[in-house]
Amino acid sequence: MIRLVYYELIKMFLKKRTYIGFGLVLVVVPLIEVAFKLEGGRFLQVATRGLAQDFFMIGNLFNGWLISYQLMNSLYIHIPLLISFVTGDILAGEATAGTYRLLLTRPVSRTKIFFTKYVAAVTYTFLFVAFLSVLSIGLAYALLGGGDLLVVDKIILVVQESEVGWRFIIGYLLALWSMLTIASISFFFSSFVENAIGPIVATMGVLILCLIVSSLPLEVFDSIKPYLFTDYLNLWQKAFHDPIPWNDVQTALMVFGAYSFASAAGAWVIFTRKDILS
Amino acid sequence: MNDIILQTNQLSKKYGERWAVKNLNLEIHRGDVFGFLGPNGAGKSTTIRMILSLIKPTTGDTNIFQHSLQSHRSLALQKVGGIVEKPDFYLYLSAQRNLEIVGALNGGASKQRIDEVLHLVGLSERARDRVKTFSHGMKQRLGIAQALLSDPELIILDEPTNGLDPQGMKEIRDLILHLANDRHKTIILSSHLLSEVQLVANRMAIINNGELIVQGEVKSLLEQGERYVLMEAQPLAKAKSILSKKKKLIKSYTEENGILNLNMNFDDVPKIVSALVRGGVSIKSVMPRHSLEDYFLAITENAGGKES
Repeated sequence: MIRLVYYELIKMFLKKRTYIGFGLVLVVVPLIEVAFKLEGGRFLQVATRGLAQDFFMIGNLFNGWLISYQLMNSLYIHIPLLISFVTGDILAGEATAGTYRLLLTRPVSRTKIFFTKYVAAVTYTFLFVAFLSVLSIGLAYALLGGGDLLVVDKIILVVQESEVGWRFIIGYLLALWSMLTIASISFFFSSFVENAIGPIVATMGVLILCLIVSSLPLEVFDSIKPYLFTDYLNLWQKAFHDPIPWNDVQTALMVFGAYSFASAAGAWVIFTRKDILS
Repeated sequence: MNDIILQTNQLSKKYGERWAVKNLNLEIHRGDVFGFLGPNGAGKSTTIRMILSLIKPTTGDTNIFQHSLQSHRSLALQKVGGIVEKPDFYLYLSAQRNLEIVGALNGGASKQRIDEVLHLVGLSERARDRVKTFSHGMKQRLGIAQALLSDPELIILDEPTNGLDPQGMKEIRDLILHLANDRHKTIILSSHLLSEVQLVANRMAIINNGELIVQGEVKSLLEQGERYVLMEAQPLAKAKSILSKKKKLIKSYTEENGILNLNMNFDDVPKIVSALVRGGVSIKSVMPRHSLEDYFLAITENAGGKES
């Protein structure tokens, strides 16, 4: 099994496609952070214009933590797109290349092959989120330094600098959990199509549709909203609340877990039963 | 020597209302080079995909080395290697890396074994090159290399010479004969190139419209077929006149571009030649013809006729 996972990762990381997401993050994150640096504190003034009448802002609130926090908003659409770009290709790419015939005529079971591929999808998602976190926090800190973190969500909170580090770690771990759901959904779509574009389009379609339903203030959708994973995509923000609402976190983790499990199980059923005609 | 190592039992596959393969019973004996013949769309590839577990049969099963493919898939495929249609690889990886991946799926392959199979198919020099730089013939040879990697006892080759030039076809044919004769492998060779099967196979099966038409030893099956003699004789009119009086020896004859095609027993050729010469006909050439192609066409046409 370990040997199979090793070669699955070799296949993945010797493919140029795998690096497109990393490359884009490598370009976009520095671009945004340098732009923030050039913009100076004006961003904070604009963002807190409504608060300035009621609060005194003391200290360096325009810092690396704030920019890193802002960049985490990309976890709603942009990062899912880049993740599904690779995880949606893991099964469908084999069908496109005709290499299912190479893999599935061997004495190793389809279930084992499925799990090696799922492990590869999880590994990619982990590395991608880790890369995003290290780059965005590291570079922002280098450019703008540290300080307290001003969080303006449904609440206004100033997180002490001594707490910011571990809150980011929790935030990114929660983000990783939600991104694994995205990876699982695209993996599911990848199991029954024969081109890699289909899973990306389908994943983004599901994501956007659910986001629209989640954000519409219509009563008719109220009963289904708690079951939509998109309702919990802001899970990472909970890491910056004080205290962290662990009950809400637990609910969100369970919803994401249920989606991931259902998607992976569905993909397994399809993969182990499908006829290879390509 | 004649133990059966692969047996399909009422193997069938249905797509919608159409049976792609129906109640197929094949028997492959140890040491066979087994020609699996049929026109395009006959169900050869569907059968091979079922044997290699790429497709699940609608009904029936396959036993390989006494193991049921449905209930003991891993054991059944343990000593089997194959290529299905055109061999596809990870084009962005080298030949060596591709074989490492295939090897891992078989429980691991040593570098020495990988070098050995690459040498066997003549790709040692290109081992580290990316497969996307390979010609079709080289990919085909790499396909055979991956099929041989685990040193299988049974090798299944689905149309292995498809798209190759005559030289490439000969190389693959020679390789098949080498594997069968020198390495004692059992080989299933699916092909629509009848001459190819005739050159290498000792047993064969013919399928059409998904159903088995005939199965047996190539030699004995050929003996059941019609026999023809191609003859160049001058003057043609005189030759035809004599032949038309020899109805006991000649079942029928046709003439095309000055060449007579006589449907007759080979044993009677001297009598016919002698009668023609005595009648003042000069014979330029006599060529007995008894090919698998004739047999194949006759048998598949008959089967097609039955259906219509």
